[in-house]
Amino acid sequence: MRLAVRELTCRRGARELFRGLAFTVEAGRALVVTGPNGAGKSSLLRLLAGLASPVAGSVRLEGAPEPDAYREQVHYLGHLDAHKLSLSAADNLAFWRDMLGGVDRGSALEVEEALDEVGLAGLGALPVAVLSAGQKRRLALARLLVAERPLWILDEPTTALDARAQALFASHARAHVEKGGLLVAATHAPLDLGPCESLEIGRHAARTASDAGGAPR
Amino acid sequence: MIRAFLALLRRDLALALKAGGGAGLGVVFFLAVVVVTPFAIGPDLNLLARIGPAILWIGALLASLIGLDRLFAADAEDGSLDLMFMSELPVELAAAAKGLAHWLATGLPLVVAAPVLSLLLNLEPAAIGALCLTLLVGTPAITFLGLVGAAFAAAFRRGGLLVAVLVMPLTIPVLIFGVAATGAAIGGTVPFGAPFRILAGLSLGALVLGPVAAAAALRATRE
Repeated sequence: MRLAVRELTCRRGARELFRGLAFTVEAGRALVVTGPNGAGKSSLLRLLAGLASPVAGSVRLEGAPEPDAYREQVHYLGHLDAHKLSLSAADNLAFWRDMLGGVDRGSALEVEEALDEVGLAGLGALPVAVLSAGQKRRLALARLLVAERPLWILDEPTTALDARAQALFASHARAHVEKGGLLVAATHAPLDLGPCESLEIGRHAARTASDAGGAPR
Repeated sequence: MIRAFLALLRRDLALALKAGGGAGLGVVFFLAVVVVTPFAIGPDLNLLARIGPAILWIGALLASLIGLDRLFAADAEDGSLDLMFMSELPVELAAAAKGLAHWLATGLPLVVAAPVLSLLLNLEPAAIGALCLTLLVGTPAITFLGLVGAAFAAAFRRGGLLVAVLVMPLTIPVLIFGVAATGAAIGGTVPFGAPFRILAGLSLGALVLGPVAAAAALRATRE
């Protein structure tokens, strides 16, 4: 399976953010998107998640089991955590497991296990309103673990996370990639994803590069 | 898919029934409209009995529209709406699940409260029965027509008034046939069945078309 992006053009209002952006992400690889504020990282990720339609170009998951249901192969973690504050952490997580889960549950974790994994053990019964910003973000990360999806699209995944939680996130992300998953993350902070490719989008052009261990392309 | 539908239905019901969820708001509004009417009309019992069904229907119509503006807007603001697009559940069915939850939390209590409030308006037993039946059949139509307005309100921030403006004209036929059927049950030249069947038809049409139109609106207004 691989994510193939061809000649992607993105426009916000009258302003063109990027044009002719093309890259591929192979299964078992991670891509880190960097660039200054307003360069179009989040817009690119929304395009990759299938939540926005490109002005031109295409985003395709080649070799996916169900090529027509692109969005169902994708985990999207945006700036918003998508929690309901008055419901408990476990209820929120169970809801997204049922919404995103699909038929093939695969190696997805149970709600309690996932809460354990992100360091929220014992907090499942609390309403999300009383959790801290970092704990809410941890809960959002737990969503990635309760439903099995091959492509993770993460927008600033480590926002509000402390050092331990960042390490925890990095280990889960590496495990996902090692299992043959794909990962695209936009970030300002280093994510410690191991060998990965990077894509820098700037005001005028976009270029791809590879760092340690990544195959040049 | 059924699992996702039920999960969404359960979550929206739980949210509506929590403190501050807004489920009680419609009933309280309904209560307020109906209770002040006799004071405004004066102690003319015959007049009250004649216009009672119309008052109750107007109250139920307005109460059904309360909270609709937040139905999709709340999900759009916290990011849930994006993720609902990523579910295997089609957006049409997601809209239907949300509409059903909203009706169970807002519309059904109106039907339950209606017999009690009917007594304040001097309605006779036959009229009370007919009123409850028409409200039971008619309020889902209002909620599901309202889904369209709710979907637009999610795109335009602070679109509260927009829902009423968009949805109110669509609900006029429901109001006409709901009141007509109730009136027919207590006299008049038309049998109860004729307007009631049209009301049921409007409701069934809204149950199908409302979620489809709402999903189209959500897709069209998503950037």
